[in-house]
Amino acid sequence: MRTIAYDDVVSTTKRLCVEANTRLGDDVLAVIRAAASRESSPLGRQVLAEILENDELAACEGTPMCQDTGSAVVFVELGEGVQVSGGHLRDAIDEGVRQGYTEGYLRKSMVADPLRRKNTGDNTPAVVHVDLTPGDRLRLALLPKGGGAENMSRATMLTPADGERGVKAFVVETVERAGPNACPPVIVGVGIGGTFDTVGALAKKALLRRAGERHPDPYYAGLEEELLEQINALGVGPMGYGGTTTALEVRIEVAPCHIVSLPVAVNLQCHAARVARAEL
Amino acid sequence: MEPKRLTTPLSDADVESLHAGDLVTITGVIYGARDAAHKRLTEAMSRGETLPVDLQGQIVYYVGPTPARPGQAIGAAGPTTSTRMDPYTPALLARGLKGMIGKGYRSRAVLEALREYKAVYLAATGGAGALLAKRIKKADVMAYDDLGPEALYRFEVEEFPAMVVNDAFGGDLYAEGKEAFRKGMAALA
Repeated sequence: MRTIAYDDVVSTTKRLCVEANTRLGDDVLAVIRAAASRESSPLGRQVLAEILENDELAACEGTPMCQDTGSAVVFVELGEGVQVSGGHLRDAIDEGVRQGYTEGYLRKSMVADPLRRKNTGDNTPAVVHVDLTPGDRLRLALLPKGGGAENMSRATMLTPADGERGVKAFVVETVERAGPNACPPVIVGVGIGGTFDTVGALAKKALLRRAGERHPDPYYAGLEEELLEQINALGVGPMGYGGTTTALEVRIEVAPCHIVSLPVAVNLQCHAARVARAEL
Repeated sequence: MEPKRLTTPLSDADVESLHAGDLVTITGVIYGARDAAHKRLTEAMSRGETLPVDLQGQIVYYVGPTPARPGQAIGAAGPTTSTRMDPYTPALLARGLKGMIGKGYRSRAVLEALREYKAVYLAATGGAGALLAKRIKKADVMAYDDLGPEALYRFEVEEFPAMVVNDAFGGDLYAEGKEAFRKGMAALA
């Protein structure tokens, strides 16, 4: 059994918090640039140029690109042949988030209780998803998730008769209702299938995918393209001022489901689609 | 497009010169407040107390910045979603507030209050927190410092860029912009 020191998980998580919030991935920058070259609205082009300028400045200065540095969502792929020594994995991730958000001058946006709403002061706890995988590696992907787009996300339980048409209508309607509130252009994470509890996680997992990559199944890749076209026909545009770039991408993740069910979740991600990854 | 230059405080004439879709820059003092500070302000008004700031002609910016690093006036400081401030806004407009900067839709009650009290709703680019912070030259807590990042702030801004979304005449950039770029296909949903 391979071991990884607790402190290595802490320091890696800490680094990922700062990196994700200050440097937008080249994959995301490339799709924003491509959108800027296609946008029909002069105002929309101006907004996209401002976003690109902001992202360059943030990376250059080490300032967060957005003041909402998010909930720290961490996707873990834990190899079955590796374990953390000197402490628990969950504790190491929280400690890394605590140090990253405190020492990295990031905003602390977590409240300990949803109704009594006292800030925890250090952005913990992280939202942690763990997948067990073959091998002896530990992979971490940190996705700081801002509240504006998260608040406009939705889930529903459709019936099999609603089918593809029902799914498409729900996705497009979600983006339209979100309008300017989700900070478009957005990336649209769609989960289809699974159960009531897992479909939201599928939609979030879609946000981890690298920009520019389509679903490996040509059927779903086609559906992604078709949805993107319909969403960009809405006219919402960059920041909702009108335009042809309402979404940068649609990403679908699917899972098997019950014979009577068709769960669908749409997790909206603003243009600051921040993900930082590491392998230990 | 050449922006219109605004200096705070705003007069009725300033507000009446603005129309949905106008780019503006703002120079002067603006106030930063979000949910918790709005709640305090409206509670103080309902008790008939003096407010920590005279709202007449002023602009409020909906923002919850990241902590400033040493040497910075402020950390990243882009707009937050305005919708959350809707319940408190008409009362502040009735007190003389002339402008708000945020992002996202406003309620019908807020849009009606903009017309009634001659005020304007502006949007700054969401997610441009590093860039917008450059336009904030000085940031001080004005009141409610126990609220931390949710305190009432006083900002000195220079040429802070914003877009007129809702003017005092019922103009609405979100509705008009979308209509102009909508294609037939979208009606499907």
